[in-house]
Amino acid sequence: MTMLMVTATITIMDAISTDMFAYEFMTNAFAASSIAALVSGITGYFLVMRGQTFAGHALSHIGFAGATGAGLIGLAPLWGLLVFTLAAGVAMGALGERISNRDVAIGVILALALGFGLLFLHYYTSFATQATTLLFGNVLAVDHSMIVTLAVLGVITLAALGAIMRPLIFASLQPELAEAKGVPMRFVSTAFLAIVALAVSQCAQIVGVLLVFTLMVGPPAAAQRLTTGLWSGLVASAALALTEAWFGLTMAFYTDWPVSFCIAVLSALVYFVSLMTSTRMGPAQAAPAP
Amino acid sequence: MSIITVDHVTLRVGGRTVLADVSFKIEAGELIGVLGPNGAGKTTLMRAILGLLSPESGGLKVFGRTPERGNPEIGYLPQVRTVLPDLRVRGRDFIASSLRGERWGLPLRSQHDGDAIEATFEAIGARDLAARPLSEMSGGERQRLLLAQALIGHPKLLLLDEPLISLDARHQEVAIDVVRTVCRERKITVLFSAHELNQLLGTLDRVLYLGNRQAVLGTVDEVVNASVLSRLYGTEIKVFRADGHIFVMSRGRDMERIDHMHDHAHGHGHNHDHGRHQH
Repeated sequence: MTMLMVTATITIMDAISTDMFAYEFMTNAFAASSIAALVSGITGYFLVMRGQTFAGHALSHIGFAGATGAGLIGLAPLWGLLVFTLAAGVAMGALGERISNRDVAIGVILALALGFGLLFLHYYTSFATQATTLLFGNVLAVDHSMIVTLAVLGVITLAALGAIMRPLIFASLQPELAEAKGVPMRFVSTAFLAIVALAVSQCAQIVGVLLVFTLMVGPPAAAQRLTTGLWSGLVASAALALTEAWFGLTMAFYTDWPVSFCIAVLSALVYFVSLMTSTRMGPAQAAPAP
Repeated sequence: MSIITVDHVTLRVGGRTVLADVSFKIEAGELIGVLGPNGAGKTTLMRAILGLLSPESGGLKVFGRTPERGNPEIGYLPQVRTVLPDLRVRGRDFIASSLRGERWGLPLRSQHDGDAIEATFEAIGARDLAARPLSEMSGGERQRLLLAQALIGHPKLLLLDEPLISLDARHQEVAIDVVRTVCRERKITVLFSAHELNQLLGTLDRVLYLGNRQAVLGTVDEVVNASVLSRLYGTEIKVFRADGHIFVMSRGRDMERIDHMHDHAHGHGHNHDHGRHQH
């Protein structure tokens, strides 16, 4: 199925490439969103597996405060985003289960972070459009140096994830046994949230802090519906994220709708289709316990 | 050779003394039933044997050594079995995650690991679970899967913490049968904690009864009698035998049932989720 989608993408892109890729901003946008989609799809797979999607969402909102704060003191928003999400990710991990799986606590912090973002924006009046860019992304404005930065961050993120992947899966699926076998649980969960923070920062450059779910949660959630294997799920998640990003860009180019909107629509569409597919294929739900 | 030597051991969890000055020895190849009221220290004892908890005092030796976390010679089926509600990972990959899951790097699976997993599925008749996602398994099926997992890598000591808890009567019989067969064949030493003694009567070599911070190890007749149990429960206990069954009663009430009810009303300090617990 994924193969089919990729093939379809390539066919469509062949037909229209003469138009779209004549523009440098489009080639840049494709390069940047490919990196971010790949990182988001792979990192997001574990976020969904661990049931920590809300924590990931909170990290992006905290990043918004960081980005506007960085703007206030004259730094590039990406660095503020990175520093704030990383610090928040490490803090969440260090506090452990008490906070990273608590919806209420996370919700409060998330709202507080957005509030601070608004305050920083209030004093950072020179760029009124900055808010929209941060919140909803502006991949068409990505330049060459940003692509290089994203590529470097992407390699770091995936390398770190690769390093902890084995104990991360064990700790996610069977925490009691993993602890008994000597997995450093606190370290693994902290490292993972730091990795999520890096991925969120990259993803937010493409679709904005409010829409990181479109690439970090939509594709992996759909992938888990389509396959029950770990590796196949991971590959499917990355492939879906890439496909959605590419289709989204293409769609935006021809319709003049915002890119993030197009990706959000595709992400939701793929997820709901996957839901229908898996209910149709899967056996009936287990009977309730007597 | 004694597999587990407990010599005047005191175990404390969160400031509470769970076992005080306890001594016993478990020999190779024994199938030991670990019984006792909730909070008596069944899980705590297993955690100490796994090296997750150091004794406050006394000497605890497993295979003649001080226990260390991550010993591959010990197979473990934990009581708190966190299964994420919508875990769409198939049985085979779920089990594979535990094979040397503590190592760093990518979760690549060797041919040898794959064969070991398939062989274990085969041995306990759980082949049907390999390709199915956990979210579609019943409590009993998950339990069988975890039992299969605990047996991978041919451990010499198996710690089963309440393996019967989410199973209906028929599946309990099956699980006990599997444990008995596999352990006799492979000559594994087993600690099997349970709420109910009767189903295990024909299977157990000896009983380790915990209660009132004490532990008594012996044959069923030596341990499950009025004087020992009254001491362990700290109240007057009567033991009745009828038709090959043993009933442990306190003032006319069945202690095993009381334990179950207690379970639901308060839990017992470990946050154990007994979601599918049946009566």
